Amino acid sequence: MDRLMTHTLSASTPVVLPGTPALLSRGGWMTVALALLVACVVVPAMNLAVPPGHPLHLDDYWVSLLGKFCCYALCALAMDLIWGFTGILSLGHGLYFALGGYVMGMYLMRQIGTDGQYRSSLPDFMVFLDWKTLPWHWALSDSFIATLALVLLVPGAVAFVFGFFAFRSRIQGVYFSIITQAMTYAAMLLFFRNETGFGGNNGFTDFKRLLGQTITTPGMRMVLFVLSALTLMGAYVGLRWLTRAKFGRVLSAVRDAESRLMFCGYSPLPYKLAAWVLSALLCGVAGALYVPQVGIINPSEMSVANSIEIAVWAAVGGRGTLAGPIAGAFAVNGAKSWLTQVAPEFWLYVLGALFVAVTLFMPDGIAGLVRRLRRSRQGGKGVQDNQEAA
Amino acid sequence: MRSVSAGPLRVVASLLLGLTTSLSAQALTQAQALALAQGETDDRIAALHAVVAAPDARTATVLKALGEDRLKLAGTRVLIQDGDALSDAATGAPVTPAPSGLEDVMLNNRLRGELDGAQAALQLSSPDRQERLAAARALLDAGVDESKAGLLERAIAAEKDDAVKEALQLTHAAALAASADAGQRLRAARLLGESHRPETRLLLNQRLAEEQDPAVQAALRRSLGQVAATLAWGERLGALFTGVSLASILLLVALGLAITYGLMGVINMAHGELMMIGAYATYLVQVGFRQWLPPDWFGAYLVVAVPAAFLASAAVGAVLERTVLRWLYGRPLETLLATWGLSLVLMQAVRSLFGAQNVAVESPSWMAGSLNWLPGLALPTNRLVIIVFAVAVLGGMALLIGKTRLGLFVRAVTQNRPIASCMGVPTARVDTYAFALGSGLAGLAGCALSQVGNVGPDLGQSYIVDAFMVVVLGGVGQLAGTVLAALGLGLANKALEGVVGAVLAKIAVLVFIIVFIQKRPQGLFAVRTR
Repeated sequence: MDRLMTHTLSASTPVVLPGTPALLSRGGWMTVALALLVACVVVPAMNLAVPPGHPLHLDDYWVSLLGKFCCYALCALAMDLIWGFTGILSLGHGLYFALGGYVMGMYLMRQIGTDGQYRSSLPDFMVFLDWKTLPWHWALSDSFIATLALVLLVPGAVAFVFGFFAFRSRIQGVYFSIITQAMTYAAMLLFFRNETGFGGNNGFTDFKRLLGQTITTPGMRMVLFVLSALTLMGAYVGLRWLTRAKFGRVLSAVRDAESRLMFCGYSPLPYKLAAWVLSALLCGVAGALYVPQVGIINPSEMSVANSIEIAVWAAVGGRGTLAGPIAGAFAVNGAKSWLTQVAPEFWLYVLGALFVAVTLFMPDGIAGLVRRLRRSRQGGKGVQDNQEAA
Repeated sequence: MRSVSAGPLRVVASLLLGLTTSLSAQALTQAQALALAQGETDDRIAALHAVVAAPDARTATVLKALGEDRLKLAGTRVLIQDGDALSDAATGAPVTPAPSGLEDVMLNNRLRGELDGAQAALQLSSPDRQERLAAARALLDAGVDESKAGLLERAIAAEKDDAVKEALQLTHAAALAASADAGQRLRAARLLGESHRPETRLLLNQRLAEEQDPAVQAALRRSLGQVAATLAWGERLGALFTGVSLASILLLVALGLAITYGLMGVINMAHGELMMIGAYATYLVQVGFRQWLPPDWFGAYLVVAVPAAFLASAAVGAVLERTVLRWLYGRPLETLLATWGLSLVLMQAVRSLFGAQNVAVESPSWMAGSLNWLPGLALPTNRLVIIVFAVAVLGGMALLIGKTRLGLFVRAVTQNRPIASCMGVPTARVDTYAFALGSGLAGLAGCALSQVGNVGPDLGQSYIVDAFMVVVLGGVGQLAGTVLAALGLGLANKALEGVVGAVLAKIAVLVFIIVFIQKRPQGLFAVRTR
């Protein structure tokens, strides 16, 4: 992989590789530190310590909403890695999100124990279907450690197999997008069936405990929120590092000029596959964090619409930047939860208009807008390096 | 007229009721009517059988009233309610003034089932040949028992028409099959083998499961084989037909996409919503015909609805192309997102205008019913019409693309835009026309779908994945490929459905396409080779 052409080109003019830029600018580190402070101190304090009714009290509703948004933002980051940096649009990331969610859901179903409606050690839907024993794929579901491993393994394995065959036969562009769409659609149909053993239409719900603790307490909600926020920030910094390292630069090369990269002696397959699997893993983790917070997982998470929405968060925020998709996920979902309360019939108009407007007028999304504003304020000075500090 | 055969009960009843109206000599008496109307279910069924065994002019009226919940009880007197008017069940004489405290006569499901059988049995003596035939078949399908055997024997004896007689004999055999006498059962088992009806197979299977006598069992098995052999061809053709029918719908849905996606490279996720617009245009035309034109014209509304659906969708498509899509040519992923957004807006707009519920599109009466060419093979007329329609649309489009000036321009622009432009082809306008054409075809598909499925705001969503599969499988920009892919997917889907069920069949087909595209990314018909 390392056959760089420094020596073969010409000895007289040494090619100077650009030095690895700083991971984050000072402003960027400040922002991350601030976000850390907000997530780990301010929000818990405002929710748990400040009594209800106080103007500074943060309602439980907002905590779970923010927790959800963090999971969405994680998906948007994953989408950005594969779409923004590698140029592969996936319309099936909802599948990996749902797979992670289902793995966690299975564990949570087992945690209900005998407190279900039928007082059986089997999950309620299995009693309802008159099943006597757990199916084979539920074997590891009562162990939390195994669940954590499976949250990574299942989406990762599915993504690896699918990605390996798709990238090996060099399926590109729209074809790839449509196949991913077909994939998640097929999976949704499969999960809708009762025989698959994932609760059919209704999926999993009515969770009671996580690690033996009641799942609906404010403390548990806060723990899940903080975990989601920390995962999101970790993913951000990690991806920031990854995309600035050589790996990330090869990904950008795949996006911009795949054949030129191949002529340079690189095989794009391992890079694409690695980015694809990593992206699926992030989505799986997001799903696993999402399910205990919302308390339900069903096959509609795999619907084509959900997967496309993930792409929209990334597009609205700005592809090819990392802060952008996070901002996009928060902005779009914030608008969604606000509008669906105030004027539910308008939400789809707004979302639809957003799709069109972003593709027509803001190809670089919010991040591009911020960059343009800042550049005009600074009188055209180069600000490429701290563009993502926003 | 006093009844000569009035039994003591009758006298007591009339005394008790203080009846002043004349008691007729008819077989259906007040006491029988009362036995029908109240008491234990078993007793009422016995009364029902008794009434049907010796029917008269009043029997049909009373049973009909009973079935329609118009039979009322005033104390122990049974009355028939007809609108506001009341009449006596046994005599039909009007009862005025209406007695107070009318009670409804209750029917449970078992009684209702018996009542259906009884009414069919009564129909056996109808003067209309068609009614007799229908009644004989209805009795067979509803399941008869030995109690109707006598009735059927009488009907067979009286019957002159051969077809009706045959149907009656079959029904008679079915009635005997439940007999307690093994000899009767054996005869019945042999007779049933002559049947050409799918219901007979069900009946034979039921009997076979219950039968103890080995001789009768063997006869039943032989008859079952005979019936299955007669039905097999019809069923095979039926499966083929449902496959072709699905293929015709897939083809209609995919044809428009073959233009917008295949030729123009726009990933039109709003294609399904353009179909929905066509379906709603059909709905509006239908409502208009119902409201403003004489009822005789209603059957012809499709003549107006087809062009209306085409134009409505084409107009929307042209507007979309002019305002949004023309800025996105050459950026397929962006068209995907933008058209998805447009689809959301269109869906919500229809929801705001027509409500989120499905609207009722009524097919014209000539499209109802089905053709029966072979035993066990019923081809629904509306499906046949759609197959013909799909073929016609395909032919029209092939002509349009292959033979007209517009088609030439479209081909020129898709093959080489700059050269076409140099030759004086107005490329921007051709784009608009082509997109409008593709959208209009979606509208036609919507019009066709409105005749077989639900029309609602999310009509398009359920077809969009399938449509893309057809286009991708067929090969982008290839009409012949689209046709073959639609046919192949339709048939494969229905063939698999018979083996593994609908959902697994769909999944299998999707997985097959995913694997297929790995092998041949250019689809069935690859044109460009590099």
